[in-house]
Amino acid sequence: MLDKYGIARRIAQELQDGFYVNLGIGIPTLVANYIPEGMEVVLQSENGLLGMGPFPFEGDEDPDLINAGKQTITMVKGSSIFDSATSFGMIRAGKVDLTVLGAMEVSDRGDIANWKIPGKMVKGMGGAMDLVASARNIIVAMQHTNRAGESKLLPECTLPITGLKCVKKVVTELGVFDITERGFELREMAEDVTIDEIRAKTLGRLVVEGDIKVIRI
Amino acid sequence: MKKVYSNAEEAIFDIQSGAVIMLGGFGLCGIPENCISALVTKGINNLTCISNNAGVDDFGIGLMLQNHQVKKMVSSYVGENEEFERQLLSGELEVELIPQGTLAERCRAAGAGIPAFYTPAGFGTEVAIGKESREFNGKMYLLEHAFNSDFAIVKAWKGDTQGNLIYRETARNFNPMMAMAGKITIAEVEELVPVGSLDPDQIHTPGIFVHRIFQGTGYEKRIEQRTTRPRNP
Repeated sequence: MLDKYGIARRIAQELQDGFYVNLGIGIPTLVANYIPEGMEVVLQSENGLLGMGPFPFEGDEDPDLINAGKQTITMVKGSSIFDSATSFGMIRAGKVDLTVLGAMEVSDRGDIANWKIPGKMVKGMGGAMDLVASARNIIVAMQHTNRAGESKLLPECTLPITGLKCVKKVVTELGVFDITERGFELREMAEDVTIDEIRAKTLGRLVVEGDIKVIRI
Repeated sequence: MKKVYSNAEEAIFDIQSGAVIMLGGFGLCGIPENCISALVTKGINNLTCISNNAGVDDFGIGLMLQNHQVKKMVSSYVGENEEFERQLLSGELEVELIPQGTLAERCRAAGAGIPAFYTPAGFGTEVAIGKESREFNGKMYLLEHAFNSDFAIVKAWKGDTQGNLIYRETARNFNPMMAMAGKITIAEVEELVPVGSLDPDQIHTPGIFVHRIFQGTGYEKRIEQRTTRPRNP
C-alpha cells in the first residue's frame, strides 16, 4: 500500500518536461517534491504566481509571497506574478497542462465532489470549480476510503458536486485508475494489495483487465 | 485633482451602514489593514462584503465579523475563520460562495463595462441554480453578472498622488480588479510618492480607477501559514 508520499511520487511520474501544473492543497502539494531531476515543470498558484518554489529558509518568510494554501513560499527563476482574473484566465483557457486535486468523492464518470459537506463543513470551493471545469487533465490524489471505511470511488457522488465528467485519473493508496466510459479502469496496483481488496473498496464500476502492473516508485 | 487623504478614517468618511464594499486581498495577503481597522472603529453595520476570504478570527475581515458589522459575505473560501462558521450556521450571517475565478471575473467585468459573461465554472453544481446556462462549442457555460458595489477598498505597495498603483508579489491578487470595479475606489498604500516618480511602464492600476489614496501606517502583514525549510538539511 502507498502512503501519501507514495501517492505523490506516483503522480510525479505523470509530469512531462515543459508542463505547467496546478497542485491543490494536501497530498497534491507533495508532488512538487518529486519532480524528476532535469525536468522543467512550472508550478501555478492560482492566487497569482507561475514559478512557485519551495518553502523559504527560516527567517526569509515574506508575507507578500504566499501560495493558494496561504503558505509562505519562494519564487524560482523565471517566475511571473499576475492578478486573480489573469490567473483564472489561464486556467479557463486550458493553458495549464495538469491539475492535481484532492477529493472527498469521485464517480465512475469522472464527477468530483470536494468542496462541501452539508451541515458540517462550510468552507467554500475556492478555485476548485474553475479548475475542474476547464483543466485539460485532472488527476485526483486521495485515500481510497473515507474515515468510516466507505468507498470514495462511487457510481454517483453523494456530496455536492464540484464538477462533472472531468477527472481523468485517480491515484489512491491501492492503485492507479483511469476513468473511461467503462468506469474506473485499474492500471496499476500497489504492492501487497489484492484485486479482491480493490474490488471490495470500490463501489463504482471497476474494470480489471489485462496486465495490471505493480506501482514502481 | 484632489485624491490624497491623510488616513483611513478620512478616506472612508462617507461609507454608511448597508453599503456594499469590495475588499482586496487573498487570505491575509494584500488586505487593506488600515481601512478595515477604520471600519471597525466607525462601527457601521449591515455591510455586504465582497472579498475572496473572510480573514481569520482576530484579523482582517474577521475583526468586522466579531463586531457583527457584516450582514452578508460574498467569497470563494472562508475556511480559516471559526467565528464566520458560527455566525453562518446560526443564521446571523448570509453568505454567497462563488468560484474564485468567477469572483475575480465578476469584479473585472464591473470595471470593464461588461454586464455579464459566460463561464464553465460551476455548471452542474449548486452554484448553477437559478442561472441561465448555454452551450458554446459543445460545452456548457453559466451566465454570471458583474458585481455592483458602492466602494472598493484595495491595498497596494506604492501609489502616487494621482492614484497610480503598483502591487508587490502575490499581494496583488484581487486588488487590481476590485480597484477597477468600485463606484468609489479607495487605495491604501505602503508608500505614497509624488506624481511622476513611478515608471509608467510598471504601473498595474492606472490612476483613473482610483478616487482616494492615502499612505497607511503600522502594517502588520500577518502570515497565515508560516512554512519554512531548514537552512542546513
